[in-house]
Amino acid sequence: MASLARTRLPRRLPQLGLRSIQTSADTTSLKHTPSDPSQPLTVKIHEESFHSYNCDKPDLEVQVTRDELLKMYRQMQTMRRMEMAADALYKAKLVRGFCHLAIGQEAVSVGLENGIEKNDRVITAYRCHPFAVMRGGTITGVLGELLGRQVGMSHGKGGSMHIFTPTFFGGNGIVGAQVPVGTGISFAQKYLGEKHCTFTLYGDGASNQGQVFESFNMAKLWNLPTVFVCENNKYGMGTSAERSSSNTQYFTRGDKIPGLQVNGMDIIATKQAVQFARQWAVEKENGPLLLEFVTYRYGGHSMSDPGTTYRTREEVQRMRSTQDPIRGLQRYIEEWGIATEQELKALDKAAKAEVDAAVEEAKASPEPLDKDLWTDIYYKGTEPPFMRGREREEVHHY
Amino acid sequence: MVGGRETRKMNTYQAVRDAMSIVLARDDNAVVFGEDVAFGGVFRCTLGLAEEFGRERVFNTPLTEQGIAGFGIGMAMMGHTAVAEIQFADYIFPAFDQLVNEAAKIRYRSGGSFDVGGLTIRTPTMSVGHGGLYHSQSPEGFFMGAAGLKVVIPRSPLQAKGLLLASIRDPNPVIFMEPKILYRSAVEQVPEDDFHLPIGKAEVLIPGSDVTVLAWGTPVYNAENAIEFLKNPPAAIESLVPPSLRSAKIELIDLRSILPWDVETVVESVKKTGRLVIVHEAGMTAGAGAEISAEVQKRCFLKLSAPVKRVTGWDLPNALQYEKFHIPDSIRILDAIMETLSY
Repeated sequence: MASLARTRLPRRLPQLGLRSIQTSADTTSLKHTPSDPSQPLTVKIHEESFHSYNCDKPDLEVQVTRDELLKMYRQMQTMRRMEMAADALYKAKLVRGFCHLAIGQEAVSVGLENGIEKNDRVITAYRCHPFAVMRGGTITGVLGELLGRQVGMSHGKGGSMHIFTPTFFGGNGIVGAQVPVGTGISFAQKYLGEKHCTFTLYGDGASNQGQVFESFNMAKLWNLPTVFVCENNKYGMGTSAERSSSNTQYFTRGDKIPGLQVNGMDIIATKQAVQFARQWAVEKENGPLLLEFVTYRYGGHSMSDPGTTYRTREEVQRMRSTQDPIRGLQRYIEEWGIATEQELKALDKAAKAEVDAAVEEAKASPEPLDKDLWTDIYYKGTEPPFMRGREREEVHHY
Repeated sequence: MVGGRETRKMNTYQAVRDAMSIVLARDDNAVVFGEDVAFGGVFRCTLGLAEEFGRERVFNTPLTEQGIAGFGIGMAMMGHTAVAEIQFADYIFPAFDQLVNEAAKIRYRSGGSFDVGGLTIRTPTMSVGHGGLYHSQSPEGFFMGAAGLKVVIPRSPLQAKGLLLASIRDPNPVIFMEPKILYRSAVEQVPEDDFHLPIGKAEVLIPGSDVTVLAWGTPVYNAENAIEFLKNPPAAIESLVPPSLRSAKIELIDLRSILPWDVETVVESVKKTGRLVIVHEAGMTAGAGAEISAEVQKRCFLKLSAPVKRVTGWDLPNALQYEKFHIPDSIRILDAIMETLSY
């Protein structure tokens, strides 16, 4: 049967008439450098960094300031360091259970945060750590939650996937379940007359869940300010997009919802796409939009997946060496004369020091108190008289 | 006027509508949505609400139960009051994941930083005599282990209004199951004001000392009939009811909340009577009665004079032509009471 499937299914289905999006991280070119260093640079994003479906493409010419580029570099580097620290803590058996890392996908979380406003809302699924920090959380809060400590964002009661800030509605552990929730959040924004939208993220793996399509329909029907964001890292767990989806052009799957496919490795393109989407949903009140970021995860789906059984080591190595989002931005910064290699190394060091300090702080935090096993199930004071515990004698009375 | 309060004669759907109308009038962030609710809903529970409060606040959704639940959860996470209708309780299964994994757990898994206390899911439940496989089920038991949720089932118009108002204002997500045959058949004087009945509290309807009969929703009435049959058996069954049992004092309890259920009231009653008959329309295996009998047998073991008896729907699909055999009717309840009394 397996061999039959192989003969029938070519490894990559040809995409008729569609050039595939390019995902190099460093194809944006410098157009104009003002003599005053406080003025923004004018740069041009590669035209193959965007494909659109029933909508215009964002402007390719963009203004960026030096400070912004350096800030985004520092943020991406810090997020990668944090994920590497989580990896090390997991391998040291200090983090138990589940852990999904976003190494390689930093241009999505950092580009998103730099393109939206403080009171926009974000909700995502498994690969959530960088979003939680970018949305106002702390690295200690994320690592503390992974470690199951009181200092964690959910006080150690959630663990991996269960991290939140006031404008970040979580990590969510059920594939696709966050998509209708995000739709409801954006309905509330519209109802309240807020000038904000909700970025509702999911992966290429979740894209085939029925409730994703239910959400598309409701958002379009009611013209909600929902930006659906498909983070297409090319593998849903251990199955490639081509083997799971009859249509891998995820930005075209919203039926009447227009879509934009974006080079998810070039931070300047991701930020520009996010701003375009925000303007679409909030300022122009055009209703929902479907953004697809084509990106790549270097690691496995989770810690138990080496990530090399369904793709070759060479493929991973090629992506790392040629399309890395941090290296891409590094190249812009150096080539456009914004900072020297030495100055960037100092930023790298600062990022590492920040994460190292957070690791120590998280490790020093105590585990949740026994009594908190029983709190936050129901609103305080409205609980049932008792809840059963793990054994016969352990019954908690409220 | 009853007891100094203005009342009006209402059936259950009118009482449900009245409760929602109060909430919509008093809470600007309250919205009511579901399949066909804008024109009144299949059971007329939302009749006229869209005209009264606007189609922005009372609106139809697509036929997407999982989406409706998730959508309501998102709204409630923003602090809104979301009153969603799942058109039949039989259709709640596509939304099961959203309710059990998202609604029930969000407060806990976020360490208290988010909650969906503003979410209420209303859904018609139990048999109607001709609902068949997908319109007569009673899924309350499936939610019984979902800590974080509350499950409420009223028996009458007055109960429906007070419990629904309490459910919508309860700071936890509540699944409110309305016995559909009672929408029109149950009628009583209902206070016109805004009042709450307690969630998690059973109500002793008839006090007694010899056997406790526990039910909720539609079977409360079947149980009441069974008690009457025991006291004054109709001619057709008189020969089957031993005269020695006819003077037994039966205690009838309406459980009202399935989660959390009122262990204290039930256990106190069974300690007094030593006998318990549980009646529900859902199938016996792993129905709510299974949990209740296990807990009662643990707490009342030495006080029990008979095994806990369950009178339930059969462990079978709820087929149209068999519906009258499926529901725990008065005769089956009477039989169970007699068996328990004479054990």
